[in-house]
Amino acid sequence: MTNLQPTIAPDTLLTQHLPILLVIVPLLSAPLIVLLRRSFLSWLVAMIASVAAFGIAALLLQQVLASDGVIAYAIGNWEAPLGIELRVDAVNAFVAFIVALVGVFVLPYCRIGIAAEVRQEEHYLFYAMLMLCLCGLLGILLTGDAFNVFVFLEISSLATYVLIAMGRDRRALVASYQYLLMGTVGATLYVIGIGILYLQTGTLNLADMAQRLSGVGDVRATLAALAFITVGVSLKIALFPLHLWLPNAYAYSPSAVSAFLAATATKVSIYVLMRYYFTVFGAVTVFDAHNTGMILLALSLAAMFIPAVVAIFQRDVKRLLAYSSVSQIGYITLGISLGTVGGLTAAIAHLFNHALTKGALFLVLGGIVLRCGGANLDRLAGIGRTMPVAAFAFVIGGLSLIGIPGTAGFISKWYLVTAAMAEGQWWLAGAVMMSSLLAVIYVWRFVEVAYFQAPPDDHPPVGEAPLSMRVPALLMVGACVYFGLDATWSGEVATRAATALLEGWQ
Amino acid sequence: MAAELFQHPGGWLILGGIVLAFVRGTPRAVLSMALPVLALGLLWGIADGVYGGVAFLDFRLDALRVDRLSRLFATVFLLALFVGSIYAIRQQSRIELPAAFVYGGAAVGAVLAGDLLTLFVFWELMAIGSTLVIWAGGREAYPAAMRYLMVHLFGGVVLMAGITGHLAGGGSLRFEAIALDGLPQWLILAGFLINAGAFPLGSWLPDAYPRASWSGMVFLSAFTTKTAVYVLMRGFPGAEILIPIGLFMAGYGLIYALVENGARRVLAYAIINQVGFMVAGIGIGSEMALNGVAAHAFAHIVYKALLLMAMGAVIVQTGKRDCTELGGLARQMPVTCGFAIFGALAMSAPLTAGFITKSLVLQAAADAHLTWVWLGMMVIAAGVFLAAGLKIVVFVFFGAPRDLDATEAPASQRWGMRLLALMSLAVGCYPPLLYDLLPYAIDYQPYTGSHVVFQLQLLLATAVVFFLMRDRLTQLLGSLRDIDWLYRSLGPRWVKAAVHTGSAKLAEAGGSTLRGLGSVLTGIRRHHGTSGVLARTWPSGSMVLWVAILLLMYLVLYYIV
Repeated sequence: MTNLQPTIAPDTLLTQHLPILLVIVPLLSAPLIVLLRRSFLSWLVAMIASVAAFGIAALLLQQVLASDGVIAYAIGNWEAPLGIELRVDAVNAFVAFIVALVGVFVLPYCRIGIAAEVRQEEHYLFYAMLMLCLCGLLGILLTGDAFNVFVFLEISSLATYVLIAMGRDRRALVASYQYLLMGTVGATLYVIGIGILYLQTGTLNLADMAQRLSGVGDVRATLAALAFITVGVSLKIALFPLHLWLPNAYAYSPSAVSAFLAATATKVSIYVLMRYYFTVFGAVTVFDAHNTGMILLALSLAAMFIPAVVAIFQRDVKRLLAYSSVSQIGYITLGISLGTVGGLTAAIAHLFNHALTKGALFLVLGGIVLRCGGANLDRLAGIGRTMPVAAFAFVIGGLSLIGIPGTAGFISKWYLVTAAMAEGQWWLAGAVMMSSLLAVIYVWRFVEVAYFQAPPDDHPPVGEAPLSMRVPALLMVGACVYFGLDATWSGEVATRAATALLEGWQ
Repeated sequence: MAAELFQHPGGWLILGGIVLAFVRGTPRAVLSMALPVLALGLLWGIADGVYGGVAFLDFRLDALRVDRLSRLFATVFLLALFVGSIYAIRQQSRIELPAAFVYGGAAVGAVLAGDLLTLFVFWELMAIGSTLVIWAGGREAYPAAMRYLMVHLFGGVVLMAGITGHLAGGGSLRFEAIALDGLPQWLILAGFLINAGAFPLGSWLPDAYPRASWSGMVFLSAFTTKTAVYVLMRGFPGAEILIPIGLFMAGYGLIYALVENGARRVLAYAIINQVGFMVAGIGIGSEMALNGVAAHAFAHIVYKALLLMAMGAVIVQTGKRDCTELGGLARQMPVTCGFAIFGALAMSAPLTAGFITKSLVLQAAADAHLTWVWLGMMVIAAGVFLAAGLKIVVFVFFGAPRDLDATEAPASQRWGMRLLALMSLAVGCYPPLLYDLLPYAIDYQPYTGSHVVFQLQLLLATAVVFFLMRDRLTQLLGSLRDIDWLYRSLGPRWVKAAVHTGSAKLAEAGGSTLRGLGSVLTGIRRHHGTSGVLARTWPSGSMVLWVAILLLMYLVLYYIV
């Protein structure tokens, strides 16, 4: 971390330093926020930082797609493998774009959304933590160094624990504490994994490590490292049955935090898993020689069905969405477990589409919670009449969750079904369809309550959420529909990313 | 993207339907009559051809295909929508008319779809629109609407599975005739047949349609099943399996129509019967047969809508729906009675549309030397006249007066019926009006002496049979249960017993399989319910245990295998 000081010589173009800027901007904004302390000012700084991060991420993605290769950035001009380098290809540039995009949606929303849920004197801490979390997530994505991943993982995780604990509900503390325990266990397993790898290869640089591992051959220690890293990262992904921390963490944290985490945190961890499977260990070792795909497939299938059924029975809509997230993660890992370009394309496309969908749903729900005073289904009765826009937006988001044609969710399910069929796995395609039916049921529960029941007696004040919350939420719902109708861009980028992953970092 | 897409009549209807949701009174009436006319203008302004070029995923969609067949069906749908919205002017529901327009627009879109994906999208939209139309029928309609939606979503999933399989297997996205040479193709056929109301998943039709409002069922009867007939004609002409399926549907519809008591339920079964007739015609597959099916789809929409309008008027006036509760209304509602009689005759009597269209299909069966099919179709044609025509008219409008407080139907409803009757009469008196629109060139003269006499004899004989067995028929009314009873009444009762009272009462309610089902359901609730083991907040120790188990699993697998 001491090397994190880029030397920007006046004659070098700023665009060459995009990778490090993407990490540094949110990182520096955090102490600035703490210094400023005023609620509005800290929000403003965070807003500016996240817009800047989004701009940089977009430029970076454009650069990577244009160059059709890998952008390597040596921090402090210390060349790898001695120094730490940032390595950007189509995969992490795309995921970083998603994370930054969600940040831009969530921050304007925070202004009022957080005022209602977090105490005034803690606002600056909230924004500082949010920025640190963003910095950590982006850092994990961009870095090309195994230990650096761990450092950024801890930065983002620690910030996340604080963010969750800021929830108004007192159970938020317990949820945060449990996530802290589990997150630490996960991170520890990950560190053990890279420790073993370091012993074997003598390097922490991922690209270097990949090269040397291929020379080492099939050693048991490598397999132990693979197992440790897989389980450690699966915990952060919330892959069934390691998802148990997730529902409470999402349900009791402030709405804006739920939206941000649901759309980004698990996605970044999925990226880490893909990076290790395909770039470091290599698809041949992971899938062909050792049947990891089989376990991942079994867990994905369990994830697609069991949490979805649990979601059906939930009375708290936030928890319902949380369980649905666990279920949707199953689709992504299912795509990974196929180990083909088609499967990976489906996984990456769903990474993007589910981030949009779940982010949108949580944002809409945040506005509803603000007006109705709770996310329990009883409190939401009749909001089809009292908050028609929000209820309708939620239904659209729900349709995307189910995967109805014309929404983003359909695109990724289409890719997934096609990928499964291309492998001759017809029954998998059937399983995806069946699991979608479960989504129909839990989305229907909201529709039924919202449209077919009368509002409760202690009627919440009639009216939509404030404009600053409604606009980001609706824009995100709009994005769900837009990327459902025109999937050319997202589909192409996902395909490029999948190809890049399989090609590796040579 | 082709400019013609902006002329897509279905798209405009759907947009118009959304606008209709926000206007009331006279503007709504004017708009609802203007929209179908506008759409007709648009439709006939598009030259024959395939328009599209919309890119979606890896495909190029041909969203709009206009040829003789699709133009005919779209035209018929638009006419039905036009007349239906005149009839529905006095409908107070805010949802029904907009939903009917979305529904009708989606049906037109499905008929004009040039590729399978566009077809699927409109197919699902149709399911949603029609569900809303049923739902507008009031509180009692709500559960039926949900059952209806479930069946159609299931049908949609089957169709989608078929389409994806068809594409994955190298099939063309273009919606052309599909050879039945694999599971995906059979799935597509099954998806189509579910919408056609084929056995055993056809009971959604008599279950849901009669619960729609007095005007809702008029819309419903026109679109879903006829769209299914269209896609079957397009996708599976001459598939021989359709002949037995169609004849079975027709027979099944006929028997239930005979013994059913609810007036509109009778008509719902008659729809199944007539769609079966058409499906069998598609199975014959000759040009004559396909012409006949297309023509008969028109005739059937017209006379069935006419009968349903008459029954709708009766329901508005009396609030009663069953044959046994109604009677002697001819005096109070003479005009409606007249139209109902005409509607019954329009099924097959000379000078009406039914005569010139049914005979085409029958002729096709005869030409193909399918003696049994011809005979079956003949019996069915005669039987439905008895079951859905004579029975309704006699039980509702004649027979013992029941002191019902009723007056003549209002002008808007009478105009709806008048227009339909005129359509039927015009086509019946001057067949080229319809024959010239048919997909294939036709050289057929329906009005030969022997043909007319034969048909009149058949009608007369049927009437005689009806009056002879009228008393027996009264006793039989409402005595048969349909398949939907299994999932509407029996199934839920058993499941309820299973979940709530445990295994003790189960022994008497059902066999051991059901006990298994019951315990599975209780199990799901126990494990997945809010306080279930899978949904509880776990102590951190147990979570870590899972981590350990999973780690161990990976290690063991890596080291042993």
